[in-house]
Amino acid sequence: MTLVLEAAVLGILTGGVYALMASGLTLIFGVMRIINVGHGALVVLGAYLSFAASRALHIDPFVTLVITMPVMFLLGFGLQVVFIRPLKTDREALSVLVTYAIALGLEGILGYVFGANYVQLQAWYDTASFPIGDFRITYVYVFGFVLCLAILVVLFLILYRTTFGASIRATMLNRTAAQLIGIDVDRVSAVAFGIGMATAAAGGVVFGITTAFNPGSHYDLISRLLTIIVLGGLGSLRGAVIAALIMLVSEDITSVVISPVWASFVFFVILIVVLLVRPQGLYGVRVRERI
Amino acid sequence: MRTSLRGALLSVLAMVIAACGSTAPTAPAAPITIGVSVSQSGDFSGDGKALVQGYDLWAQDENAKGGLLGHKITMKYVDDTSSTQQVVSNYEGLITRDKVALVFGPFSSLLTIPASTVVARYGYAFPEPAGGGPHVFDRGLTNIFFVQPAAVEDNLVSYTKWLTGLSADQRPTSVAYATQDDPFTQPQVDKAKSLLEAAGIKTAYYRVYPAETTDFTPIALNVVHSQADAVILGTQLPDAVAFAKTFIQQHYNPKTLIETTGPDQGADFSNKLGTNTEGIMVPAGWTANAKAYGNDKFVSEFIAKYGGTAADISADAAEAYSVGQVVDEAATKANSIENAKLISSLHSGTYQTIQGPMAFDSSGKPQGGVGVYIEQWQNGAAIFVYPSSVAAAQPEYPKKPWS
Repeated sequence: MTLVLEAAVLGILTGGVYALMASGLTLIFGVMRIINVGHGALVVLGAYLSFAASRALHIDPFVTLVITMPVMFLLGFGLQVVFIRPLKTDREALSVLVTYAIALGLEGILGYVFGANYVQLQAWYDTASFPIGDFRITYVYVFGFVLCLAILVVLFLILYRTTFGASIRATMLNRTAAQLIGIDVDRVSAVAFGIGMATAAAGGVVFGITTAFNPGSHYDLISRLLTIIVLGGLGSLRGAVIAALIMLVSEDITSVVISPVWASFVFFVILIVVLLVRPQGLYGVRVRERI
Repeated sequence: MRTSLRGALLSVLAMVIAACGSTAPTAPAAPITIGVSVSQSGDFSGDGKALVQGYDLWAQDENAKGGLLGHKITMKYVDDTSSTQQVVSNYEGLITRDKVALVFGPFSSLLTIPASTVVARYGYAFPEPAGGGPHVFDRGLTNIFFVQPAAVEDNLVSYTKWLTGLSADQRPTSVAYATQDDPFTQPQVDKAKSLLEAAGIKTAYYRVYPAETTDFTPIALNVVHSQADAVILGTQLPDAVAFAKTFIQQHYNPKTLIETTGPDQGADFSNKLGTNTEGIMVPAGWTANAKAYGNDKFVSEFIAKYGGTAADISADAAEAYSVGQVVDEAATKANSIENAKLISSLHSGTYQTIQGPMAFDSSGKPQGGVGVYIEQWQNGAAIFVYPSSVAAAQPEYPKKPWS
């Protein structure tokens, strides 16, 4: 029983990290209707930027976010303007190709700069833990979870308490209608892409402390992140959070109780059942296309 | 008269040529290209980089002494992205399009198995540094030569001998096992489990996890809860580090901990665990301070070429270098670099490498060699600790507490 409880707590804590990583992906889809399959590579880029900054400046990996989040925001803004904005027709299909090309390009650049060997961010708290009842909780997961919570709260506040957030939500609801009422959807899209990349930087730092990674680590990441936003409902921030928690808790409990071999299977059973009942995902919106 | 003068000149010329015949330089043998599919991206990219280092260093040494039987060598690498499909088309392309003279093996049994089939189809020898899983050898191919001291499933045999050789009051009573479902790691762990169970050491936990697993913590928690005296893990570098970190976080310190890969990766391993590498073991056929054939030269040249220290050298690089050594000796023995003659030559005799002497059976499995040793991290360096014939120090047992 202790082991199950421990796995559940671990699932919630790591689920928060995945929620943060997936939030940028779902936001980008919501605003631009593009599937950013390069998002995993952007998380890995964030981890590498934190790795480089913490080594060069001898600062804590979490402190590097002061540098990496603005840098990633600007980079995201630029990527959207250069690569995504020119896509005027068939955006969803073409965006897969374009963002995959971005991922491969980033993988190549990171491999050239940092090499192919696995690296990991180091901090005093990555092996430190404190007892709760019969088990121990690791500080890094708690810190990561608190960071994710804080950033997700800020993201919710931006979306639901600011005028710009209203512009984002309007663009998510109906891009054409948003344009008609005077919203600069190109600017909204570029900023949303930048925000998505800034959250990738934040997710990347926790990922980089808890996991050894190399430039090729994005393949595993993106498959998990895409699954999360499909379960949560494409474009739904709340859905991404809930789906990430469901994924990690179900996988971790299955892993300790039954076997790691069945961990992904159990999650996919949940995914299929949810999609049978709600094809749009947990919090997705049903869209009817005119043909 | 004119004719006789011309005849005389020709005669003189012929005599001059004949006189010089014994000392005139012979035309150098044509340069050759050796093709390798390496993982420059994907899961095995770290190992792929080390293979390139080892192969390149061997080619440099070989060219410095005049080439492989006089053939200057150029290495050609193509990225397989750690993919079992890509590795097949890479070797197909190297052989049919690039028409390389020889091919060397990629990293891992996973890639060696599909690659060896296509290489065999073209009659090429396939000396390889890292594909030693049982399935590599059970497909009736005769062109494979696994250049490591023992077949993969025997990698932990030395370790089990050491454990069962401990006095009854010291010997662990329970062992926890966890391994990737990988053809390199699982056979080692399974064989160790059967040997230790036969010796009366009970299994406290056994799990196989998918190779694509990224979150190892739940599996590590199971191991922690087993509270086994000994832990045997079938890992690559990322999970080797992740398991150790979870054990540290959970204040679980088994008497002995061995991981199939990871601790043999030099600084790549110690950079992530710092002083907590102390006491962690790994089966290893090579170490920087081993007194095997040409090892001192390899280590000093490696440091000169790539920098760092001896502790930074990956065993993958040493295994790749050994592939070249074996091919060089086989070519000399056969007096040919033709693949058919190399295959025939490699199936007999013993070859000296920086991992020790090597010989191969009809399926390419290493035979009658030195076996695999146990290496343990002690005071910041990985050193041989078993068997005593090669040990630089006594095994540290029980393992010291985490720092």
